[in-house]
Amino acid sequence: MEHLSLRRRLYDRGLRGLLYLCGLITCALLVFLIAYVFYRGLGGITWEFLSTQKSYINQTDGILPNILNTLYIILFSMVIVLPLGVGAAIYLTEYAANRRLAAVLEFATETLTGIPSIIFGLVGMLFFNQLLGFGYGILAGGLTLVVMILPTIVRTTQESLKTVPQAYREGALGLGAGKWRMVRTVVLPNAVDGIVTGCILAVGRIVGESAALLFTAGMGSVVNSLWEAMTTSSGTLSVALYVYANEHADVAAALAIAAILMVITLVINVAATLAGKALKKKQ
Amino acid sequence: MDAILKTEHLNLWYGDNHALKDVSLEMPGHQVTALIGPSGCGKSTFLKTLDRMNDLIPGVRIEGQVLYRGRNIFDPQVDVTWLRRHVGMVFQKPNPFPMSIYDNIAYGPRTHGVRGKKELDQIVEKSLRGAAIWDEVKDRLKKSALSLSGGQQQRICIARALAVEPDVLLMDEATSALDPISTSKIEDLIADLKKSYTIVIVTHNMQQATRVSDRCAFFLHGELVEAGETEQIFSVPRDKRTEDYITGRFG
Repeated sequence: MEHLSLRRRLYDRGLRGLLYLCGLITCALLVFLIAYVFYRGLGGITWEFLSTQKSYINQTDGILPNILNTLYIILFSMVIVLPLGVGAAIYLTEYAANRRLAAVLEFATETLTGIPSIIFGLVGMLFFNQLLGFGYGILAGGLTLVVMILPTIVRTTQESLKTVPQAYREGALGLGAGKWRMVRTVVLPNAVDGIVTGCILAVGRIVGESAALLFTAGMGSVVNSLWEAMTTSSGTLSVALYVYANEHADVAAALAIAAILMVITLVINVAATLAGKALKKKQ
Repeated sequence: MDAILKTEHLNLWYGDNHALKDVSLEMPGHQVTALIGPSGCGKSTFLKTLDRMNDLIPGVRIEGQVLYRGRNIFDPQVDVTWLRRHVGMVFQKPNPFPMSIYDNIAYGPRTHGVRGKKELDQIVEKSLRGAAIWDEVKDRLKKSALSLSGGQQQRICIARALAVEPDVLLMDEATSALDPISTSKIEDLIADLKKSYTIVIVTHNMQQATRVSDRCAFFLHGELVEAGETEQIFSVPRDKRTEDYITGRFG
């Protein structure tokens, strides 16, 4: 008996050690990645880097165009994807009487979320850039991102609509409210925290996306107005990172962009958490 | 005796489950009709049908008629919002909206197009007085309705239903989630409300049925076994099954 229990103790201890090691390695990798990018990247972030465009004559780097393009594409994609996705989610959750159709649509959206982004890029290029003739630019890139992000917005919105208690819906309908009034006054206000969180995470995906944009928005690095950028090759920050590292072999600039992207991602995640909490509290 | 609400040969199926079997019942005006019977007997289903709240459930099939003031509520020409405006519902669990007390009460009138602040103020006060909760909440109308106790919340829900000036009030075990003091407050309220409204309640509590109702309808397995004056039902039930139930032999 004693022998067995000793074995078990050793086994227990060994297993715990192993799990501890897994946790340690995970943390270490993460810390190393962040530390490395910041250590090598932060030094490259200067005012000039942020506020100019790349100049071959002066031999200076600048990512202002890419910052603008990133903002443009966020704006353009969200303006389209938000009403579309929230609308689809409201239809699927609140209206769809044909449950089978709704189930098929839900399955389709779920599947779409798992498709690698480069496939969206490829199809987006063939459809928006070539078939519809938009060429490189925010228009084709933004629409591609709309297709890519739509399922995420639909899913997160649906999830938050489903958390609204059925009793609220019954209460509103029982007072003679029509379906839309019920949705607008009772359902949406109680789901808004989830929708906002979903949107902020969608913005995060846009900022981080590169594969789907290489073929569609392009790699251009010249300052344009929003209107011009629509149909002019316009690289976002993530794309610029790729361009600097791969085309210009300028690893320092790429790391500086990486540091900026990491800060943005952090800010976005904190914002999503805070917004979700603040809106929840308001109720 | 005028029946405000009346069902004729009402049958209801949830899919294959025959939940209401040929129910014909009259609910006279300015009286409290209590629907009693064991769990799953169809009394709640029956109540919800009167307000067409079963429309929300997929797979429901209904035959027969429900007449509200002589009009069949399943007639395609009847607007369900019109029906629900006249036939209000108070649910088993208090379900105030997560808004201020004022906005809860004003929800119905606003839905039906009342916009004037003065008019809304009047409706809110009148409804809260009608539900015997005005004195408790008049100083905190802007506070969230969720900050109130369960009993107060239920009276807010009653006030909310009164605010659209209904004709009939349906209450689905409206006191089952409440403590005895809140329950007795709501029972007093029901006795008071029947002067102005026609009331149909579902209750599990036999004492409550005898205390507040004028008429009783006993349901079993989807059938209406017996209906009549409450006094008669509880003193000389005609059907053996009714007697067994009210004397506590099952249910």
